[in-house]
Amino acid sequence: MALAGLGLLLFLLPLAGLVVRAPWGQVGQELLAPQTATALGLSIFCSVTATAIALVLGIPLALVLSRTTGTLRSVLRALTTLPMVLPPVVGGVALLLAFGRRGLIGAPLYQLFGVQIPFTTTAAVIAETFVAMPFLVIAIEGGLRSLDQRYEEAARALGANSWKVFARVTLPLLRPAIFSGAVLCWARALGEFGATITFAGNLPGRTQTVPLAVYIALESKPEAAIVLSLVLLAVSLAILIGLRDRWLGEP
Amino acid sequence: MSLHATINVERNGFALSVDMTVFDGETVAVLGPNGAGKTTLLRALAGLVRITGHVELDGYVFDDSATNRHVPTEERQVGLVFQDHVLFPHMTVLQNVAFGLRRDGERIAGAWLERAGLGDKANALPSQLSGGQAQRVALLRTLVTEPRLLLLDEPLSALDVSIRAEVRRELARQLAAFKGIRILVTHDPLEAIALADRLVVLERGKIVQSGSPIDVTAKPRSRFVADLAGVNLLRGRGRGDHIELDNGATIAVPGAGEDDVFAVIHPHAVALYRAKPEGTPRNVWPARVEDLDLHAERVRVRLGGPVPLVAEVTTSAVRDLHLEPGTDAWVAVKATEISVYPA
Repeated sequence: MALAGLGLLLFLLPLAGLVVRAPWGQVGQELLAPQTATALGLSIFCSVTATAIALVLGIPLALVLSRTTGTLRSVLRALTTLPMVLPPVVGGVALLLAFGRRGLIGAPLYQLFGVQIPFTTTAAVIAETFVAMPFLVIAIEGGLRSLDQRYEEAARALGANSWKVFARVTLPLLRPAIFSGAVLCWARALGEFGATITFAGNLPGRTQTVPLAVYIALESKPEAAIVLSLVLLAVSLAILIGLRDRWLGEP
Repeated sequence: MSLHATINVERNGFALSVDMTVFDGETVAVLGPNGAGKTTLLRALAGLVRITGHVELDGYVFDDSATNRHVPTEERQVGLVFQDHVLFPHMTVLQNVAFGLRRDGERIAGAWLERAGLGDKANALPSQLSGGQAQRVALLRTLVTEPRLLLLDEPLSALDVSIRAEVRRELARQLAAFKGIRILVTHDPLEAIALADRLVVLERGKIVQSGSPIDVTAKPRSRFVADLAGVNLLRGRGRGDHIELDNGATIAVPGAGEDDVFAVIHPHAVALYRAKPEGTPRNVWPARVEDLDLHAERVRVRLGGPVPLVAEVTTSAVRDLHLEPGTDAWVAVKATEISVYPA
């Protein structure tokens, strides 16, 4: 009992600290301060773009995952879930080695087209997608596995080709899973720090998203750091409450 | 028009091996206990299961493992009706029925719904329908596409007994109006006999009997068929004027031949006594009552002994003879009440 209470305190105290120390009178003012507002805008742009990319790439990936079996499935699953357990910094280093100017893909890109990815907004988006997409894939794959496959069989027996089955039956039935997967993916992207700072750097207006701004502001402008932290906390809470039935509730 | 199918499916230690031909306009009921492979057979015909063998409808080859041919389900023009409707939950009734139609879908679907008396449900979602309505809509959704082969997988078994009769009547009407071949999977003999021209009995992946409902129930070839026909089935070896069962018991019956035979005894031909009867019946065996099962005015009495039988007697006989589980009794069957045919 006492230990459980202690555990709970470990979660509660930092939150209380954040709320108690918040400069409530200046919240609006801090949020509208140029650097903060820029970081917020960039964060929203990057996380939404990352979620959109994750949807486009993640839904097909989830489909493939749910339809493979055996060793191949284990390998694919391990690959897609790796970013969830990988320290984000390591992810950033790996991205740098792949897309950096001397990287696996980065080198030819630079030599042929003069394109440089690291330390750009594109890099921030890639880093967020890399870290957050697994959440979407896992949620949708779970939805696909629990989908009664007779709906698809019934559609096929009614003459629907693969595309029609997917568009008119599978996708609509997956809507709840896609929704919760996208929300979780977006939340993870919004909070991304390690991979972003390693791969995209910390350039205000280009790659300095909210978590990075918090980290920097803590030294120079603690009020701004606290206000931005509150914003991230509010978003997390809102998602937790909004998804409680779909994701965290009883199965 | 006809369907020829030689189907072999092997999966997880289960083997389905079926060879069947169905003619135009015929309704075939595939009967069998759970796990006999009935649903697998339907799924194979629908193209949802890859098979070894050959399936051909009106000369159009669906499957041919020798040439590696497999026509996908969506190109077969088969109609598949599931046990529990499987209506698309996110579409209205009208959208469901129109799903398989290409042009003018909703108008045609609307007309079909109207004709079936379900017009007022067109804009309802499947979750707003009763079980019977949902199954009728599912049937319409399939029939409206005018399939050449209609496959029904236990279409009534998920329904309440109270509405089953009504939906069965409608199903019979729809089946009669349907022009192609109909294959109905069921484990309900009443459904099979009410709807089918021919029964195919499937057990452990193999066809054990096939024929008209009357033939099949008159000459059961398995315990399953005997049970659904409600008769006693015994198997033994013919010895001229009697049959010898495996346990050595004998049943006197003229013309038993010298081969393996089946003997069918109707439960109402089995007479029960508390004391050994003397006189006409030539077959008298000791028995012990195992259990009693009340059916309206009649009681089915299951008996153990050298010749295990079910007897059907009146409730007053049960009272008069003081029958209850464990009671020792004598059973008697007249030789003329026993029908014998080759195994």
